[in-house]
Amino acid sequence: MRTRLTVATLAAATLLLSACSSGSTDDSSSDAGSGDGITIGIKFDQPGLGLKEGNTYSGFDVDVARYVADKLGYSEDQITWMESPSSQRETLLENGQVDMIFATYSITDERDQKVDFAGPYFVAGQDLLVAVDNTDITGPDTLGGKLLCSVTGSTSATRIKDNYAEDVQLQEFDGYSECVEALAAGSIDAVTTDDIILAGFAAQPAFAGSLKVVGNPFSEENYGVGIPTGSELCQPIQDALTEMFDDGTWQELLDKNVGDADYTPNADLNPPTLRECA
Amino acid sequence: MDIGQYIDDFTSLFSQYDVLAAFRMTIALTLASAVGSLLIGTVVAIMRVSPIDSLRGAGALYVNIVRNTPLTLIIVFCSLGLFYSMGLQLADRESPTFLADQNFRLAVLGLSVYHAAFAAEALRSGINTVPKGQVEAARSIGLGFLQSMRIVVLPQAFRGAIAPLGNTLIALTKNTTVASAIGVAEAAALMKVMIEFRPDVIIAIFLLFALGFVVIVLPTGVLFTWLSRRLAVVR
Repeated sequence: MRTRLTVATLAAATLLLSACSSGSTDDSSSDAGSGDGITIGIKFDQPGLGLKEGNTYSGFDVDVARYVADKLGYSEDQITWMESPSSQRETLLENGQVDMIFATYSITDERDQKVDFAGPYFVAGQDLLVAVDNTDITGPDTLGGKLLCSVTGSTSATRIKDNYAEDVQLQEFDGYSECVEALAAGSIDAVTTDDIILAGFAAQPAFAGSLKVVGNPFSEENYGVGIPTGSELCQPIQDALTEMFDDGTWQELLDKNVGDADYTPNADLNPPTLRECA
Repeated sequence: MDIGQYIDDFTSLFSQYDVLAAFRMTIALTLASAVGSLLIGTVVAIMRVSPIDSLRGAGALYVNIVRNTPLTLIIVFCSLGLFYSMGLQLADRESPTFLADQNFRLAVLGLSVYHAAFAAEALRSGINTVPKGQVEAARSIGLGFLQSMRIVVLPQAFRGAIAPLGNTLIALTKNTTVASAIGVAEAAALMKVMIEFRPDVIIAIFLLFALGFVVIVLPTGVLFTWLSRRLAVVR
């Protein structure tokens, strides 16, 4: 009796094991060589840069990420997109939840201490978005007494208040879409943040022709590719970006995503010079 | 990680940011909205027990709509809807602090309207503790509905409703954090700023704000428990 039970158990175990191993053989053969895929952090809520609509992702950041991932050997269906809001980007990289981040991620000294950056792949500058018929706001110095909108906890708003117009009044919302909504309703005089983000909003069909980017950038934001400290992806990303600048894809992606906004990025700084990998 | 260094980093927060001012704003929002919601709530509660059908219906409708709407939606509507789209102004447009005043008042409006629904229900539970015989007695000596509410029912109802009103106040205190969605410079807004610029001490920042709210809310709870015992109507 006991022997028979043991034999039966063994047989069952062997069956199970063989089932497992054959399963895993199938798996490994299907994604030939290039690992499990790659997780990329993007914004989900920034039209023109990183926008999630249903199951489709669009925007300049997303397209650049796709291009780079392709050069790294990952096909579209091996990419897992993950939302990376501004305040969580360092944490996501440090915890290894994402492999790289393309999310209007300005390279700054503080961030550079916590994570590594490849790129930059775009140089943005802080600018103002105003109604298309507005002529008295031409730059940050002309904002005295005006109502200016930005996002809670962003550098853009503080910079204007500290350096340009002390008596500007600041409306802060959780997102730029509320700001743009209020601007389109005519109750806010200007919205401020990086020019390409503003252009992304101005290019939306709902606002087409009613808003314009002033075109007088007064800061320099180097958008980099955030990667975990010591990641070996840095050099391959740089190579992919160089190729993208050279083969014209960079310009093509820019036109495709924010071309409708009648906006030209700072030509002296774009396409940017890549930094050295650590 | 070097503990001493971490503590130094953390204390540097206080010279960089005015944490106390942010909590003062939280308290100001709480107090103003508490008054507002109690006023609206009392009116709604009286409507809900009034002898007039249409008023009762309107009161029930108010409570059921407002109570089941997310607070963020109400607050953002106050700003984007009432102010930016419809042009409602609650402050002096020429004033240099126009937006700050305007946003504070819009937030108080939204918080009051929302918590009035809860205050009204708390108060209605207090009204239900008053024995029916007292109302009948009041009516039989010739008091009208409003007179009997004012002189006989409401004084006892408030005392009976202290505990649930206290709970509403505690919820209100914590819900003021939603006001940061329309740019009121209260505790949650400052926390967002601090997390953005000082990610090196992020855990300590969370703990700091959690502690701040405990310091505000805990005494409220103790006070209301004490009040509800002390003011209970002994029958």
